[in-house]
Amino acid sequence: MPANEFNGFTDYGIGIGLRVPHYRHILAEKPVVDWFEIISENFMVDGGRPLEVLDEILEQYRVVQHGVAIYFGSADHLDKTHLKKLKRLVRRTNTPWLSDHLCWGSIDGRYTHDLLPMPYTFGVAKHTAEKIKAARDYLEVPICVENVSSYAEYHASEMTEWEFLSEVVELADCGILLDVNNIYVSSKNHSFNPYDYLDNIPHHRVGQVHIAGHSKFEKYLLDTHDHPVLDPVWKMYAHAMKSVGNTATLLEWDDRIPTFNEVHREALKANKFRQSLVAAK
Amino acid sequence: MKRSKPTNSANHSSPPNSVVHSREDLRALQRTMTSALFRPLDTRWGMQKTWADGRPTREVAAEFIKPNDRLSSFERLEIYNRQYWFRVLDCLHDDYPGLRAILGAKKFTQLATGYLAKYPSNSFTLRNLGERLEEFIREEPGRTAPHEPLAVDMVQFEWAQTVAFDGPSKRPITADDILGKAPDQLTLGLQPYLSLLSLNYAVDDFLVAVKRRDEDALRGEASNAIHSAPRASRRKPVRRPKKRQIFLAVHRYENQVYSKRLEPEEYQILAALARGETVAAACETAIAQTAKTDLDWTETVKNWFDTWTALGWFCLPQ
Repeated sequence: MPANEFNGFTDYGIGIGLRVPHYRHILAEKPVVDWFEIISENFMVDGGRPLEVLDEILEQYRVVQHGVAIYFGSADHLDKTHLKKLKRLVRRTNTPWLSDHLCWGSIDGRYTHDLLPMPYTFGVAKHTAEKIKAARDYLEVPICVENVSSYAEYHASEMTEWEFLSEVVELADCGILLDVNNIYVSSKNHSFNPYDYLDNIPHHRVGQVHIAGHSKFEKYLLDTHDHPVLDPVWKMYAHAMKSVGNTATLLEWDDRIPTFNEVHREALKANKFRQSLVAAK
Repeated sequence: MKRSKPTNSANHSSPPNSVVHSREDLRALQRTMTSALFRPLDTRWGMQKTWADGRPTREVAAEFIKPNDRLSSFERLEIYNRQYWFRVLDCLHDDYPGLRAILGAKKFTQLATGYLAKYPSNSFTLRNLGERLEEFIREEPGRTAPHEPLAVDMVQFEWAQTVAFDGPSKRPITADDILGKAPDQLTLGLQPYLSLLSLNYAVDDFLVAVKRRDEDALRGEASNAIHSAPRASRRKPVRRPKKRQIFLAVHRYENQVYSKRLEPEEYQILAALARGETVAAACETAIAQTAKTDLDWTETVKNWFDTWTALGWFCLPQ
């Protein structure tokens, strides 16, 4: 949906991830970009250069926060210190919505720094949804949860990933950050039809979309974010946009990062699909 | 939307972690998975074949990870085990180029692996990954022998730069804050991002030489991106520094990180202030111990205080 309660009723266009190698170019050249997505944890610091850069960016651009470490799916309780720092950042950026992943990555206070898949069970969905609700209530900002790419599945799972995602977001009454590339990667790794995934989630809850590149290995795909978006993912993106509407879209490029202009050009390819939607109306 | 019915398959004969309904079930599964990820890789960058209790790891993996038509449970779990170690080793590789240059790539990787096996990350951010590295080097000196003292100095210096980069700051003091206070009554705080180091090696010069040679010190981004195995260095080694005592302040100014050499007396005054001594006591102790008698100490100390104040190092004490 172009604007909904899960993205703060905004109508953002094509964004790109704010990355260190591009700081100088962005601050000096001030390129026209609809919005930047920041990794929240990179700016949950107490001082110094990161916050100075962020403040300069905020003077010129709209910023949306994307997190990698709330770990809604961890059996641990929410980390209050983490949330406190996150809320301080939310107030600084005025992000209209905030996203993090439907995953876990820490347990007993020890961190893997990874986005690990969940066992897809009703009990886990309920626990996860309760944490999302608690985080939203504390942070006072809409939350979208992102589907992760995965390389393993658990015996314990009792439903598909898209059923689990749907269960969680309905219970939590939150939004979805739909990562089309992650669906494609997981569909190849787990042998499901990615269009079944796209067609069977609550479309009205999608507040943002991610696209990215991945790498192909002999027996599996890896979510590397170090390539342009591949054709099958663009096709899925076009399909998704027909279902969810002209939704804010972000290109992720996190490794082997090319020039700012190259990343921006790749992101703007999404406009082709977005404009065709507008023309079709 | 179609949903699968939940299956109530919990029973006493179920393999561990095969049923996850409660939060405690989830915790058990996540503990098992984390144990697998935190186990160091074998010499061929693969998952260890034997679990901690002596069972084959493939048996343990098969209890909770599904195989598919291309990969066994072991191989699927191994993807995560490898990516964990590639990610954390890559982070230490980027954050500790000086320590890496002292030890060489192979020994550095062995040190980092031993460190992370003993002290897994307990912070949401990779920024803090090296927080206990100095402690570990002191605990296990054999891992850096015969360069342990140099390694300790370097890791202190490199961690101090992390603190200076984005550590907290307090409002620098102004003249109004200390107006009318006599030096024997006045105490001053030091900025939390400022580290004072007394070192036995000129690691600052050494690190400059290493970085000049090694341009790839960009900090990795936190992301879902997958990293590759740690890179082997084929660059010409930089000569290790000889033993020579130096004093350093690692700080930031206009949000750039700097290290500033200090005279021994400067260091002593600042260290005394950091301990909470009054300005008068800190200066008297430092000057009383110096062997330099040909200096105008009043003028020298005044100039130091002017510089430190201009750099914003002083704040109100706790």
